[in-house]
Parts: sequence; C-alpha cells; structure tokens
Amino acid sequence: MTLTVEGLTKVYGAVRVVDRVSFTVPTGDIVGLIGPNGAGKSTLFSLVTGFLSANEGLVRLDKKSLDQLSSVERARAGIVRTFQVPREFSHLTVRQNLMAAAPKQSGESLADLFFRPGRIREEEAAISREVDELLDFLRLSHIALTPAGRLSGGQKKLVELGRALMTRAGLILLDEPFAGVNPVLIQEIASRIRDLNATGISFLIIEHDLGALTRLVSTLHVMDRGRLIASGAPAQVLANKQVREAYLGGTS
Amino acid sequence: MEAYLVAVAIIAAIYALLALGLNLQYGLTGLINFGHVGFFCIGAYTAGLMAQYGIPWPLSFLSGAVLAALAAWPLGLVSLKLRDDYFAIVSLGFSEVVRIVVTSEQWLTNGVQGVTGVPKLMRFLGNGLTQPLAVLNLLIAVNILVALAKLRIVRSPFGRMIEAIRDNEEAVKALGKDPAGFKIQVLVLGAAVAGVAGGFYAHYIGYIVPEQFVPLITFYIWMAIIIGGVGRISGAVAGTLILMIIMEGSRFLVDVIPSVSGVKMASIRLGVIGLALVLFTLYRPQGLLGDFTRR
Repeated sequence: MTLTVEGLTKVYGAVRVVDRVSFTVPTGDIVGLIGPNGAGKSTLFSLVTGFLSANEGLVRLDKKSLDQLSSVERARAGIVRTFQVPREFSHLTVRQNLMAAAPKQSGESLADLFFRPGRIREEEAAISREVDELLDFLRLSHIALTPAGRLSGGQKKLVELGRALMTRAGLILLDEPFAGVNPVLIQEIASRIRDLNATGISFLIIEHDLGALTRLVSTLHVMDRGRLIASGAPAQVLANKQVREAYLGGTS
Repeated sequence: MEAYLVAVAIIAAIYALLALGLNLQYGLTGLINFGHVGFFCIGAYTAGLMAQYGIPWPLSFLSGAVLAALAAWPLGLVSLKLRDDYFAIVSLGFSEVVRIVVTSEQWLTNGVQGVTGVPKLMRFLGNGLTQPLAVLNLLIAVNILVALAKLRIVRSPFGRMIEAIRDNEEAVKALGKDPAGFKIQVLVLGAAVAGVAGGFYAHYIGYIVPEQFVPLITFYIWMAIIIGGVGRISGAVAGTLILMIIMEGSRFLVDVIPSVSGVKMASIRLGVIGLALVLFTLYRPQGLLGDFTRR
C-alpha cells in the first residue's frame, strides 16, 4: 500500500502547524519522521489518519483518495495509527486490549451474539491464539491479565503496538513506539517490524531514538516548524546542515 | 398489608427493569441518557392504547418495545456521533418532546385526560392476591431474562468493545471500529427494555396521563443506579429497592408523625432521596455494591 501525501496543511489561527507537506510511503517501505518537539509530526499523523481535518492538501492510499473519509473509514481502508500518549483501554486487561483490536469479529454484532454462539466461540479461540503469540513476543504474557491502566508507560506503548499489529493493516503509523521501552526490547521490536515489513506491511514511524530508527528505515523525513526540511537516506539526511541546526540545536 | 407489599414490589420491579436498561447504557457504555422516561412513556402508551382495541398484551408489549427502539434509533443516529454531554441534553429534550406530543395529540392519546381503563394483566385470575402475584412473578422473570441477556453481552466481544469505547473512543476509531454504531445498538436495546417496563406500568396502574412521564422519573432511575452501583446488575436492583424503601417508607411516617401533612411528606421524601444521593457520592461513590470500573 502506497501512501501519498500532497501539500497537506493545517492552520490554527496564524500558525501553520503543518505547512504544505508532501511525501510518500511506498509499498513495503519503512519510513521515519523526525523533528524537534512541536514540529508538527503528530499533527501530521492525525491529518493522515483523519483525526484532524486538513485545511489543504490530499491524502491517497494507492489510487484511492482518503480526503472525504472519516478516521474509522481510513482505518478500515488499511491505515492504523498509535498515539504519542498511549491510549490503552485502561479497564480492559492487556489480553482484552489486543483481542478487541482483531478486525471483523462476529461477536461484535448483537444478533450473532444470541443466535450464533458457536461461531463466536470459534472466532474467539482463533483470536486468542493469535493474541497469545503476540503477547509472548511483546513480553507481556506475565501481565496479560492486568488492567492496562496499571501498566508503565513503556508497557502501554507495547500494548498499543500490539493492538495495531492485530488489525492487519497494510500501513501502520507508529508515534514514538520506543519511548519508555527497555533497550533490549527495542532491538527485538525493531526486528519484528522488519519481519512484518517483509510480509508487505509498510510503516511510518515518528521516533526520537535516532539510533534505533535509522537502523530501521530506508527513508528519513525531517520536519521543523510545520515544514518538511529534508528527505532522503538516513545518513545523508543527518549530515544535512539545516537538519543539524533544527534538530540538534546547531551543535556539530 | 400483603396487598400493599405486593403493590410496592410490582412498582419496584418495573423500576428495576428501567434501571437495568439505563445500567446497560450508562453503567456499561457511558451513555448519559437523561431521556429514559421517554421510552418508558412510548411503551406505556402503546400498551394502553392497544388494550383499548382488545389486542393481547404480549403483542402490545412487543410493539411498545419495538416502537421505543424505533424512536431511539434516529435519536442515536443524530446525537451519538457528538460528544457525550450533547447526547445528555438531546435525550432530555427528546423525553420532553415525547411527553408534549402525547399531551397535544388528543385524537390518539386523549391529551391531559389520558388513557383510562387499561385492564389488569391476566384478569382471569380474579380479584384476589393471585393476580398481582402472577404479575409480580412475570415481572421478576422478565427482569431475570434481561439481566441474563445483559450478562451475555458483557462477557462477549460486543461487551469488550463497549468497555473499550468507555475507556477511549479515539483509540477505538483508530482500530477501524465505529463507536457510534455500538452506542446506537446499546441505546436501542435499553430503550426496548424501557418500552416493556412501560407496558407493565400502564396495565398495572390502569390509566396513563402525560404527567406520569416527567423527567423526574428518569432521575429517580439515575439515583437508583448511582446508589446501587453503576455498571453492576445487582447494583441496579439494589439501588431500586433502596429508592423504593425511601419513597414508600416515608408514607408511613405520616402515621407516626401526624403533624406532617401529605404534601409536606412528598417534599421531605425528595429531600431524603437527595440527601442519600449526596451521602453516597461523598462516602461511597462506587455505590452500594461497587462500580465495576474500579475493579
């Protein structure tokens, strides 16, 4: 799935929070998005996923225009996002969080609930197996039955990642997936993202851990004050003077 | 005395049914439905009017449930996509619209004079205690049925999703699931239950007038679920019982303290209920039987 963004703009009063941003996430790619705090990265995510409406610009998934679609419809079309501040289902257990994310469950229809209980049992069993495997991978098995609201920040990030992975989306937008996650696990998640990527899932990742990010992505985009100031291969982009000034505060 | 207790129990069971419906909507899904009485009213009028034409009550109760559900559906469609607090106001307005419509559409509802002579259910049981006891048993059976259905919903993927919606609606949207769709279903279901409660009410009281369907009834039900424990089935029932004890118990106070008139007592009753509500929110905000959200 190729995501195309053209001239995307979001204006709050006199401030152009996102200013004519254009880029693509080609099928099967992992693309990074970096920039200082307040650069507009998370706002850009919200514009792409329909949580905010853009003042100008186009968003396309393959050849399909997403501009008129709601956030729910965009997610169904295959773009799933996570949030910078984790939005776990705090009263559900970690396990239930992941189970809830599985797409197209007949048990979510009231009619099926009362008239086709057998089918729901089968589906739940299948989802359950998938969730167990994912929990194991994310090292959340030992807290599978803990309400997600009681987890640490890093664990909540993992729950969100797990939920996004459960949806079988073609394009996953991760907003700081490594924040608060222990370094060993970061490596493993990165390799999992690479594995998933090999199966055809594309990723767009906002992350401040540049080391982990640059090892993962093929392309890096840099935002500063709403605008895209550089794009290209990670090494090349990080060597860019403008980027160093904006992102690293001018130190060299 | 026995007849009196049965009468109180029947009213309590009708209220419990209303509380179960609201409990599903607010306790489980977080819908702030301030218009519950509107659906109750639709059910009551449907049953009362259909009885005038000799239509058997199981059919009229079903019609009442369906009509209440049909009224809830567009209401949910227009307002449940908005923020929660908007729905609260819209639903309150809805129940007042229903009351005013039944007041003014005299050709159908006989306006303020209301519908009288709604026959007792199962009249063939005679005039003794058997008939009200049969009604009470039927009501208890319906309550149990609704509670079981609710339990089934809570423990299903549907229940999981409505809890998720309560926790974080945006995250649900991000997963490609439409919160509004789930909320509408819950609203419609709760409305249908209130419609059935209305049918029982019309046949039990024997007459219906618009004044019986003021917003105060909605808030009585709210008090019941808050006092009993939001989100718990047992809480809805326990809260209703406490509410009934306060409301009915205060009648006897007139005999004990003769200097207090009936009118004064009605106001005292409201005061006592209000005080109970304040004390509960201060000292036991999770309600008598606890709030499932704090497990």
